[in-house]
This record gives sequence, C-alpha cells and structure tokens, in this order.
Amino acid sequence: MGLRMIVTVKQVPDTHNVTGEAMKEDGTVNRAALPTIFNPEDLNALEEALKIKERAGGHVTCISMGPPNAVEVLKECLYRGADDAILVSDRRFAGADTLATSYALKCAIEQTGDYDLILCGRQAIDGDTAQVGPQIAEKLEINQLTCISSVTEINDESITAKRSVEDGYEIVKSGFPVLLTITASANEPRSANAKKVMTYKNIGKEICNSSYGESYLATENCSILSHIKEWNVESIKADPVQCGLSGSPTKVKKIQSVVLSGCESRQIANSESEINALMNELVSENIIG
Amino acid sequence: MSKQKNVMVFIESRAGKIAEVSLELLGAATDLAEQLGVQVEAVAVGHNLTDELAVLGHHGCQRVYYTDDARLAHFTSIPYAKTVINTIKAHNPGIVLFGATTMGRDVAPRVASALKCGLTADCTDLQIGEHKIKDKIYKNILLQIRPAFGGNIIATIVSPESMPSMATVREGVMKMAAPNPGLTVEVVNQACQLSDDDFLTEVLEVISEEKAVNLKAAQIIVSAGMGASDPEAIELARELAHALCGELGCSRPVVDSGILDKDHQVGQTGITVRPNLYIACGISGQIQHRAGMSEAKRIIAINKDPHAPIFAIAHYGIVGDVKDVLNKMIKAYRKA
Ligand SMILES: Cc1cc2nc3c(=O)[nH]c(=O)nc-3n(C[C@H](O)[C@H](O)[C@H](O)COP(=O)(O)OP(=O)(O)OC[C@H]3O[C@@H](n4cnc5c(N)ncnc54)[C@H](O)[C@@H]3O)c2cc1C
Ligand SMILES: Nc1ncnc2c1ncn2[C@@H]1O[C@H](COP(=O)(O)O)[C@@H](O)[C@H]1O
Repeated sequence: MGLRMIVTVKQVPDTHNVTGEAMKEDGTVNRAALPTIFNPEDLNALEEALKIKERAGGHVTCISMGPPNAVEVLKECLYRGADDAILVSDRRFAGADTLATSYALKCAIEQTGDYDLILCGRQAIDGDTAQVGPQIAEKLEINQLTCISSVTEINDESITAKRSVEDGYEIVKSGFPVLLTITASANEPRSANAKKVMTYKNIGKEICNSSYGESYLATENCSILSHIKEWNVESIKADPVQCGLSGSPTKVKKIQSVVLSGCESRQIANSESEINALMNELVSENIIG
Repeated sequence: MSKQKNVMVFIESRAGKIAEVSLELLGAATDLAEQLGVQVEAVAVGHNLTDELAVLGHHGCQRVYYTDDARLAHFTSIPYAKTVINTIKAHNPGIVLFGATTMGRDVAPRVASALKCGLTADCTDLQIGEHKIKDKIYKNILLQIRPAFGGNIIATIVSPESMPSMATVREGVMKMAAPNPGLTVEVVNQACQLSDDDFLTEVLEVISEEKAVNLKAAQIIVSAGMGASDPEAIELARELAHALCGELGCSRPVVDSGILDKDHQVGQTGITVRPNLYIACGISGQIQHRAGMSEAKRIIAINKDPHAPIFAIAHYGIVGDVKDVLNKMIKAYRKA
C-alpha cells in the first residue's frame, strides 16, 4: 500500500517548569526563558504514523513551525524513524495564533505534494487549545477525526479509529485524505533509536547550505540536517499578511497578575490532636457526614 | 430580522438530549446580551430535536436556528461545521459560544478557520468591554478571559477586527441559571444545505461507558497533586475520599503522568467543581488548578511547603508530609 503521511510536531515550553518571567510585556510567551520539550501528544501522533508505516509501508514527513531551535524536535523525529522533516521558520511567522499557525502549516503541507493522512497531536500543552489540527483540515478542505485513542484498522481505502468522547467512545471510518488528532492513550511512543542517532551523528560535519535566505542550520551537523528542509514564507508560497501577528485575529488585551486575596485561613498543626479537632469540627458543622 | 449583532450559542445534543454545557452557556449569553442590548440566539443541528429545544427558552434563548436532517442525527465534523458556518453567515451574530467538549472543540476551530475569526479556548470568564488598537476604539466587544501559563497570570483576549468573536467554555465553568418555564423560544427551521459529499465520516458504532467518577456532582473531593502522586499517597487519598463518601480528584500533571484518568482532573482544562469540601493534597495551587476549585465552600490544603500558593485560598492549612497528614485524618475521622 504505502500511505503518504504527514505529522505536525510542535516544540513547546515545558509547562511543568514555568515561572513568572515566562511572559513578555506584550503578553506573548518568552520562550527563551523556558526549557522546551517535544509536545507529548505529538510523539503519540508520530508513533501512530511509524506503526502504520511498519505495518503497511509508507512515508512519514514531519513538519514543525517555530523558531530555529524547533529543529530539535525534528531531529527527534528522524531518530525515531521519520523519513524526512521540514522546519517552517521565518521571523514573519512570529506571534501567530492558531489561525495563522494553521495557515502556515497548510501552505507547507501543500508544498510537500500529495498526502493521504495527516496526524496531529490532539493538543499542545502550552495552550491546550486543540485548534490547529481542525483548522488545518478546514483549510485543506479535508475530513477530520479528532480525539483518536486508537487506530483499529487501516487499508488502501480507509482508516477506522476509536474516538473518545465524554460519555464513552465511537468507532468512526473515513476515506483518504483525512486528518487525525491523536491522544496520549493511543500508544506508547518509542524512544529514539540509538543506531539512527549514531548514523546521523557520525557522518562528516561539513557545512551544508540551505537554499533559503538566512539559514539557521548551516553550522550544524550536516548528515542529519540534509534530511531537514528549511522553508520560509516564500518557499511555502504563503501570503505574508495571513502569517504571524498580522494574520492573527486574537490579540492579548492585557495580562494581569492575580493577587491572591487571602481568605480567612486557619493554620492547623500537623498533630493528632489538632487534626482530630478539625475533623470533629467538620462533622459538627455537617460539612462531612 | 434585526440588524443587531446578537449573541449565539452552539447547542450540543447527545443521544437526543441537550447537553448541560449548552444550557450553562445560555446563562452566560443572557448576561452578555443584556449588557449589549441584543438577543440570545442559538444554532442547533440534529434530527428530531424539536421537542427538546423548548428547554432553550427556559434558559433565556429567544430564537434557535435549527437544521434537521436524518444524516445529522449523529455528530460528524464537516456536516456540523458547515451547517454552523451557514447559520452564522446568514444571521451575523457578534459573539458565538461553544462548549469546550469533544464536539465543541471539533467544530469551533473549523468554523473559526472558515470565517477567519478569532477563537479563544477554555475561557473562565466572559465580559463586555472595549479595546483600542492604534487610534481606533472598539466598543462593546467580547473580552475572553482565561488563565495564561507563566505563574498566576490571567490573560484577556480580544478579536475586534474579525466577526464574530468566538470562545469555548468548559462544562461547569458557568453556573446554570434556574430555568424559567414561562419563557418560550422561537424555533426557526433552516433547510439542510449539505450534499452527500459532505458526509465523509461513517459512524460504525457508538458505545457509552459510564464514567468512573462524577466529580461535578461530588460534595466532597479529595484531590491528589504531584506531591501525593506515588502509589501509597494516591491510595491514602482514595481511602480518605471513600471514608468521607467523596470522590478522588487530581491535578493535571497527575493525569499527564498516566497515574489517574482524565475524568479525575480538576481545573481550567479539567472539571470545574463546587463541592462542600475540597481537600488539596500535595497540590501547589497554580492558577489553572484554582480556576476549577476555588469556589469550593471549604478548602483544606496539605502541603509540605508553607509558601505554596494553595494556602492563600485554603480555609484550613496543614503544613506537613501528605502521607503523614492523610493517615492522621483517616484515623481521626474513624474516631469522630
Ligand atoms: C494551558 C494549561 C492548562 C492547564 N490546566 C490545568 C488544569 O486543568 N488542572 C491542573 O491541575 N493544572 C493545569 N495546568 C497545570 C498547572 O499550571 C500546574 O502545573 C499544575 O496544576 C501543578 O500541579 P501540582 O500542584 O500537582 O504539581 P506541582 O506544581 O509540582 O506541586 C506539587 C506540590 O506538592 C508539594 N509536595 C511535594 N511533596 C510533598 C509531600 N511529601 N507532602 C506534602 N506536599 C508535598 C510541593 O510542595 C508542591 O507544592 C495547566 C497548565 C497549562 C499551561
Ligand atoms: N507550530 C506548530 N508546528 C507544528 N505543529 C503544530 C504547531 N502548532 C500546533 N501544531 C499541531 O497542532 C496540534 C494542536 O495544537 P494546539 O492547537 O496548539 O493545541 C499539536 O499537537 C501539533 O500537532
């Protein structure tokens, strides 16, 4: 068979470790101040694509839009078995909300040629919006299956999957092309393949030249970077007005620090007598039965 | 029809029943519409729902645009999104609200993408206000308020240059107003404009599973955070919850680490709860967590760090090791 698959992956700030310095004055995130990780559910999306490829053959292209540093998640994709990777990076993409992000990714996907299956993470942990996947599907005018917790069947014509919903699940089927958003319960992502890491790392360290304007990649290890394309606004034939801040209808009006107004709070010592007294009090006030 | 920019709510139905979140949103929409001096409208999509729609009136909805078709009986993405897009284009609401459910989060982004308008996810508050861009003042626009990451920060988001302004809100965030059976809703039937080519998803099976926990209805919640996430501490939290006839909740990283199921998560992107008693065990009290529990009538916080932000909103604070304190509480309750 051989499906042409695209996986969108995002480098995200590790939201476990955010501090107050993480926001800039204009209300956007100061990514420089934060450690970054591979968005967890994008690893599940990649894993699902790799599993499909192992079962039935195919080709997996990973795409990420982000600053030069986002190349790190693309390397991770190659270490796990993706065939190639594209970094969509340009200052003019900066400040994009989900609409402008999905526009840029849609343009990039169109430049890759034909595709059967697009896999996204259900949501990125920095905003939990879960909007980019469906917005890409709408812009490409293709079908979508969201919140997929497992792929149950796949053949030349169609894909069947389990979709988690509030009160249970449903089994849904769609032909190609279709976009899926994958949840964490879909699979257990593999770790990087040591052999692949070595192969990519050991071949020469010459300088490669990127064909597009300012290159972020030129000084890096060539063997892996020759598998990563770098695309800017022109390479994906995007309308610059629809990219970045100018293509983003949502604006941050203000950012407010919340002052915790202390409620009437009582300190209870960690001793048997005080905890006994507290439980008795809650019982007598009918808070607990 | 009037030219005013009304407030519209996307009505979600599951198995022929109107979802609670839609009724909650009608309450929020009524507040917004009153401030704007406009009407509350709704868009409903489905099959054989006409009788069910009466309840929308009781919750303040004046008019519902309803598209009925046998092919719409069960949710699928493109048919629902296209129908909502057509309805918005025909009636030009100024604001559209969706529940942040799997259905709302599937449809709303497609609608926003097609209309090139802004969409803010998981709002915890909605207000009306104004916004200035350069010299232009936009009056009476929707302020979409949600916690932002980066500490105790609340962001106000606006999208004044595109129409409509759209937001999703989690179930339970807006309090449902008491229904007024005296109020009626005008049902405006819309012709289904879909072709068979729009139906690209086949729904083979629909299986309902009862939720393991019903946090929203629980009067007592014992919640475990990362400071109470080892198996022994989780068991103690569960034991106390059971002893008190309550439920076990948790913070998001406990779900992310695969320790408890998502149905247990309290917070901005989890469940909003208003129990009589909330016992936060090893939870630091970040704003996204507080957004889901700060309205509990009583809060007990157990944390080994005396400066943890959770103490600022707790009625009772216990500084100490979570297992130690839970053991004492279980023992004390058995005695009490
Ligand atoms: C877009 C977005 C949405 C989010 N939505 C949610 C949400 O819905 N719900 C949610 O909860 N979070 C949410 N978060 C995450 C939130 O910002 C915090 O990261 C999270 O609430 C922290 O969880 P925690 O308090 O359990 O862990 P931590 O912040 O790691 O805190 C652990 C606490 O345990 C204490 N502790 C450790 N060991 C012990 C011990 N032995 N005894 C006693 N105390 C101990 C520590 O002092 C600390 O205060 C969201 C984040 C983002 C970016
Ligand atoms: N900048 C980006 N580059 C690549 N993929 C992205 C980007 N932003 C979002 N995505 C994809 O869209 C999914 C949902 O993101 P979000 O709407 O931000 O929650 C993610 O899991 C990714 O698969």
